[in-house]
Amino acid sequence: MESVVQEKRLTFKDYKSDYKPVWCPGCGDFSVLAAITKALAELQVPREQAAVISGIGCSSRIPAYTSVYGFHGIHGRALASATGLKVARPDLTVVATGGDGDGFSIGGNHFLHACRRNVDITYVVMDNEVYGMTKGQASPTTPPDWEGSKLTPHGTGVSPFNPLSVALSAGASFVARGFAGDPNGAAKLITQAMQHKGFSFVQILSPCVTFRPEQTEWKKIVRKGEIEETGNLSQAAAFLARDDGFSTGVLYEVQRPVFQPTLQEKHTLQEIEESFEL
Amino acid sequence: MTSQTVSIAITGAGGAGVMTAGQMLLDAAAKAGLYGLMTRSSGPQIRGGEAAAYIRLSSQPIDCPNDTFDVLFCFDWMNVDRFAAELPLRPDSVIIGDQDALNPPEMITRSVARQVLVPLGETAKNIEGGRPNMIGLGILGELAGIPLEALQAILEKVLHRKGEVALNASLEGLRQGMQLADDLEAEIGLNLHLERLAQDKTRWSLTGNEAAGMGALRAGVRFCAAYPITPATEILEWLAPNIEKVGGTLVQAEDELASINMVIGGSFGGVPSLTATSGPGLALMTEALGLAVSAEIPLVVIDVMRGGPSTGIPTKSEQSDLNIALHGLHGDAPHLVTAPTSIADCLFTVQWSVHLAEKLQTPAIVLSDQSLGQSRNIIDKPADLAFIAERDVVGDGVVEYKRYALTDSGVSPMAIPGTHGGEYVADGLETAENARPSSAAEDHYAQLDKRQRKLLKFEYGQHWALIEGEGDIAVVTFGSVTAPVREAIQRLAADGQSVKLVALRLLAPALPDAFEAALAGVEKVLVVEQTHSKQFYRYLRSEYDLPKQTDVLAKPGPLPYRPAEIVAKLKEMI
Repeated sequence: MESVVQEKRLTFKDYKSDYKPVWCPGCGDFSVLAAITKALAELQVPREQAAVISGIGCSSRIPAYTSVYGFHGIHGRALASATGLKVARPDLTVVATGGDGDGFSIGGNHFLHACRRNVDITYVVMDNEVYGMTKGQASPTTPPDWEGSKLTPHGTGVSPFNPLSVALSAGASFVARGFAGDPNGAAKLITQAMQHKGFSFVQILSPCVTFRPEQTEWKKIVRKGEIEETGNLSQAAAFLARDDGFSTGVLYEVQRPVFQPTLQEKHTLQEIEESFEL
Repeated sequence: MTSQTVSIAITGAGGAGVMTAGQMLLDAAAKAGLYGLMTRSSGPQIRGGEAAAYIRLSSQPIDCPNDTFDVLFCFDWMNVDRFAAELPLRPDSVIIGDQDALNPPEMITRSVARQVLVPLGETAKNIEGGRPNMIGLGILGELAGIPLEALQAILEKVLHRKGEVALNASLEGLRQGMQLADDLEAEIGLNLHLERLAQDKTRWSLTGNEAAGMGALRAGVRFCAAYPITPATEILEWLAPNIEKVGGTLVQAEDELASINMVIGGSFGGVPSLTATSGPGLALMTEALGLAVSAEIPLVVIDVMRGGPSTGIPTKSEQSDLNIALHGLHGDAPHLVTAPTSIADCLFTVQWSVHLAEKLQTPAIVLSDQSLGQSRNIIDKPADLAFIAERDVVGDGVVEYKRYALTDSGVSPMAIPGTHGGEYVADGLETAENARPSSAAEDHYAQLDKRQRKLLKFEYGQHWALIEGEGDIAVVTFGSVTAPVREAIQRLAADGQSVKLVALRLLAPALPDAFEAALAGVEKVLVVEQTHSKQFYRYLRSEYDLPKQTDVLAKPGPLPYRPAEIVAKLKEMI
């Protein structure tokens, strides 16, 4: 039976809470918050049916700034909690969020296995190539010669982590990159990611104006929509091999079997207990 | 003549079929109306190493190993000395070996026990497709007075898939083994026949790990995420196919950090959730357990303890995770810690722990251990005490919802995702009542008080401890050690000396009033535990008033407590 009462269409503002973000003025994460709420509005996900799950870091504060269900857990474990929630409650729309440190350093192992497992969740990583919350240390995506941190005064000397390459090789079925300076483009990517059946990964270049002020230049460097979308793994890998990390768009999308056991009661407890009987 | 209980050890090289014969003997004994227990032991090899099955049969329910073995049956001498410390024998015990096996080790030749040789290999060789372990099963079955029909029924049940030829070879081996035993009984005057009482109750055969899994399902657990680890893996292997049958699921996670956080996610979604692990895994989970305390997410972690620290002795039992279970979380993080008092009680304790965790919206750590988890016990079918997951929740349309409202009970109704109007963010950050992060002193004080209050105000009822008997002397213990303590107390009672048992099922929170009442009139206490540093005794000292005359029996793994050790200690104190 169709509902008699026509529900009012929700706008992106309906998905925002009245809680003031802790972010610095000019932080890219404001745009990502806008992009996520726009995607939820685009898909008209009922607020009570959505959950935003995060770990620790500046960007991981996002759940509190939305008006849907949320979980601000511990450092690096957003994908694990999001996986548990989605598998146990497949009816929900689950979005995991966080930064490059949370996702690729302390949570790196979960990133690999989330890509492999292909649970139907969307993972949005706000990448600013720095640890902001602890006041500016190198992250896995920081260039090796960045000397801005007292912790690594000579730079890290370590090759940066390439999130899109890792996602591809770990088996992610949807891989994209967006830019905080293009919130409408980012919203479109996140919408597409949420519509994708399976694990969708969206890296958003999100400048840290405080600890990496040079990133304000990104708006001049980023090339919107330059990535060529493909369902061919070697073409996607070849694109990344010649990519400088500043192009945006959907890189790769394929349909793979989604990890979602059917939760259906077929036996009674008594039937199980009979197996213990002699 | 009949005896009340008989203990049999079977050893042999990998592939000798020790475990198969042991399990068949246990099941056949159960079919014939006996109770029993089987513990497995094996060398360090992953597969193909020497193995030992320790079986105790009895006319009455039993759930711990006896002091010594009546029979040690070595299918071969291969590395049997590895098990020497686990095989206490008496002068009237009998070692049975194969007459064709060469070079028995010193442990055998210098043993105080009597020794007989039987043509094990030779008899098997004369049967087409015959196997020595089936001859051995026949010998042991006959010695223990288990009727042929019971042994045959088990053989048919286990071997029907292997085809008629294999089954017939085994049945023939069984019959010839039984004939060999007749000669043996006459030769050495060995008679281990047990009195078989009428069987009026349904009997179950299960391990503590299987019992724990069943307890989880009975309570309503429908989501599990876990990472394999000895000796907890069987809980997961049992749960994976069975949780599906009742509409749940088990996810094999990439590590313990993932499993506990997945469980937090599942439970946040309103589905009763559980994981199982052992010491190293519990150590990895402790940060997330603090999150579950803070965000008030109910969940259960079953820790099947093994020898520690670090990798320790993965295949042997110890109770030395008590400290980390009680005190491992950072911050002031009140939570539940429970322990089953027997193999069968793994079912009830897990079920009750799920119930408590859900009711109190906090994590519960269940301290099982290797000796409970991996031993198989024949028991009377346990009653279902109907403890199920019952979480206080809010319904659709709630307004101005306060997730962490300061209630009298300390429990605040939870909004489950999908509930309209209940949208909130669960957080590891300290929060105000409305779930918004807060570093204000008054919010921290109020929430700390609330999280403690809910545990302290709850009525735990009679199940907080297993209390038996009376007397001015009491044993206070917990977990797997309870079984040998109970048997020690029964033996003393048979001698006219009564000793009280207080086995704690609820370790945290401590219940000083209940404990004081349990020890009313008790002048002397013996604390028995399986740790090196007296962790349990120290915990009792920190939380409870103990009589001046309190003594401790503490020994680490890997060797199990034998009832006689506890009897001896109690006799010293009486």
